[in-house]
This record gives sequence, structure tokens and C-alpha cells, in this order.
Amino acid sequence: MKISVMISEGPYTHQASDTAYHFTKAALEGGHEIFRVFFYHDGVNNGTRLATPPQDDRNIVNRWSELAAEHNLDLVLCVAAAQRRGIADPDEAKRNGKDADNIAPGFRISGLGQLIEAGIQSDRLVTFGD
Amino acid sequence: MSQLHTVNKSPLERIALESAIKHAVKGNAILMIEDGVYGAMQGTQKSGMVTDAMGDISFYVMGPDLKARGIDEARIIDGINIIDYNGFVTLVTEHDVTQSWL
Amino acid sequence: MSDVKKFLYVNRKAPYGTIYALESLEVVLIGAAFEQDVALAFLDDGVFQLTKGQDTGEVGMKNFSPTYKALGDYDVNKIYVEKESLDARGLTLDDLLPLTYEDEDDDWAEKDSIKVVSAAEMAEIMEQSDVILSF
Repeated sequence: MKISVMISEGPYTHQASDTAYHFTKAALEGGHEIFRVFFYHDGVNNGTRLATPPQDDRNIVNRWSELAAEHNLDLVLCVAAAQRRGIADPDEAKRNGKDADNIAPGFRISGLGQLIEAGIQSDRLVTFGD
Repeated sequence: MSQLHTVNKSPLERIALESAIKHAVKGNAILMIEDGVYGAMQGTQKSGMVTDAMGDISFYVMGPDLKARGIDEARIIDGINIIDYNGFVTLVTEHDVTQSWL
Repeated sequence: MSDVKKFLYVNRKAPYGTIYALESLEVVLIGAAFEQDVALAFLDDGVFQLTKGQDTGEVGMKNFSPTYKALGDYDVNKIYVEKESLDARGLTLDDLLPLTYEDEDDDWAEKDSIKVVSAAEMAEIMEQSDVILSF
């Protein structure tokens, strides 16, 4: 089955991204296709490579990047939400005159239409948030 | 059509579980995750809300979230099914739509 | 089987205290371009999003309530507000923004977009939806 996931909260403060990760991993292991993982609201904070959690804690950002590399996942950060919260890829940084970008490997920035398309194209859409 | 409702809030703090129960129709399922798992405990002020609804709605609770919070399975309301992330995926596929009561 | 899905946007949170209401509205406006069957549900504290008289000048935030009035121009005209949620908050339809649309099938007559429904009716609307986005 084709499943998409929306994540509405950032890492660490709320468990949403953890639950979404375990759900996504289980779905992939169960032979399902993950059409897209869309990060909205503070969820875009899951996509910064500058996160440096303590050694004895899980690295939520890296975990998503690794899962994306392993399964060719489409991890999409909403552009409007990302701009508000200071998450940028090289193109966005350049366009908005910023001196740095911070997007983590495996993520891309795109529009809200990607969420609607996920809803249209997928058999199921599951939201994780607060 | 049949819906899966997920609830991730303690019913002692927020009305998400109450609202999910109110809007679930016969044959729907409610899955308690994250802080929502406190809604599966026996003997709370909100336990009755769940037991009253169990005729028409099936209830599930995330085992990993129970364990993380030190909630013994013996304290879970009889009739609530304890599942893991694989079970979560199965519930999603078995229902036409998933609604998250955030 | 048609390609059009029934999208339901569920709004259960009050505006301003958190960003969910505003960013939900942004999804609705973008989603309107996809020609799906769109409906909005307002229940629990979500009904506060539609109240008249919002003035954010002194909190320094953007007052986005006028945007709800534009939804009709985007062909978003199924706006369900739950009666029990209004009652629980001491509100009536008169406290809400008058949201209207022009019905192209009825000589562009101006009609109300808001429909006040019972919790049981809201449950049925949810049950009939193909995709539910919760904010």
C-alpha cells in the first residue's frame, strides 16, 4: 500500500517525530511504499544538519537522513514553514540573501502542493503532531 | 468507509480522547499513542468514558509507549488491544482513513 | 473511480496561541488549486478561529481572519461548524464571520458557506472523507 506521512512538530520537544519514524520504518519493513514524508509547522526543524544532540541520545535528524538513503525516501520540508523557521537549502539561502544553509542530507524543500499531492496519490495519509 | 482515530494526549489534560470518542462511528478504531496511552489505564477519572464506548468502537494502545511510561499491562482496561509499530501500520492499512486528534 | 478525493481539513485549535490555524489556512488556499472536493471542519476550540472582531494590533501578529472571507473566491464553500462546540463556548452563529460564496449553478446567487452541524453530523462528514488533514 502507498502511504504518506505528515510531521507537524520539531524533534525532541515532542514525541511526534519519533513516533513517525518508528511508524515509517515499520511500514517499509512491512513491504509498504512510503510515497512521501512531509514536514510542516515546526516539523521543518527535523531537517537541519546543525542539530547536535548529546552522544547518549538518539540523533533524530540523522535517523531520517539514514532512512531516506536506505529506502530512497522523499523527505520534503514545506518552503513557507522552513523560511519562517530558518531552514534553508543552498538555493533558498542564496535567493533570500542568507550567508549559510543548513538542510540535512536526504531532505528537500518544496511547496505545500507536495502535501496535497501526497494526499491525492497515496492510499493513506497519517499525521503526527501535537 | 471506516476510520482509525489516533489520540496522543492524556485525557486528564486535554479533550482529544473525548472528542475522538464523540466523533467515532460504529466500527471505527481508536489508537492511543504517546501521552494518549494514559487514556487506556483503569481506575482514572476518564476510564469510564472508554469502557462506555467499547461496544461500538475498538480500542488499541501502543505497547512501546506504555513501557516507556512504566505503565504495567495489568493496569490497562480489559478489552483494549496492546500493539506495536507493526500493529499501528496494520491498523492504518485496515481502515480507509486515519484521523489524528492532535 | 474518479480522481477527485474528498479532503477534510479539521481545525480544533484556537488562533494566535499557536500557529496551527494560520498554517492550516495556508494549506487550504494552496490545496484549492488542485480541484479536489474540499471541506473545512471547525470544532472544539477551532470554532474560535471564525469569530468576528479579531484585532491583533497590540500583540503584533498578523490578523488572518479576513482571509476566511476569501475562501469563497477559491471555491471553498463547505465550511462545517459544530453546534455542540459553539454551545460549549457560549457562541452562536452571530458571533462568527459571515462567510459567503457565489453559486455558479444558481445564477451566482450569494450563499452562506458556513453550515452549523451537530456532532453526529460532523462524525458522518468525517466518516465520508477520503483524506483528513488535522491541524
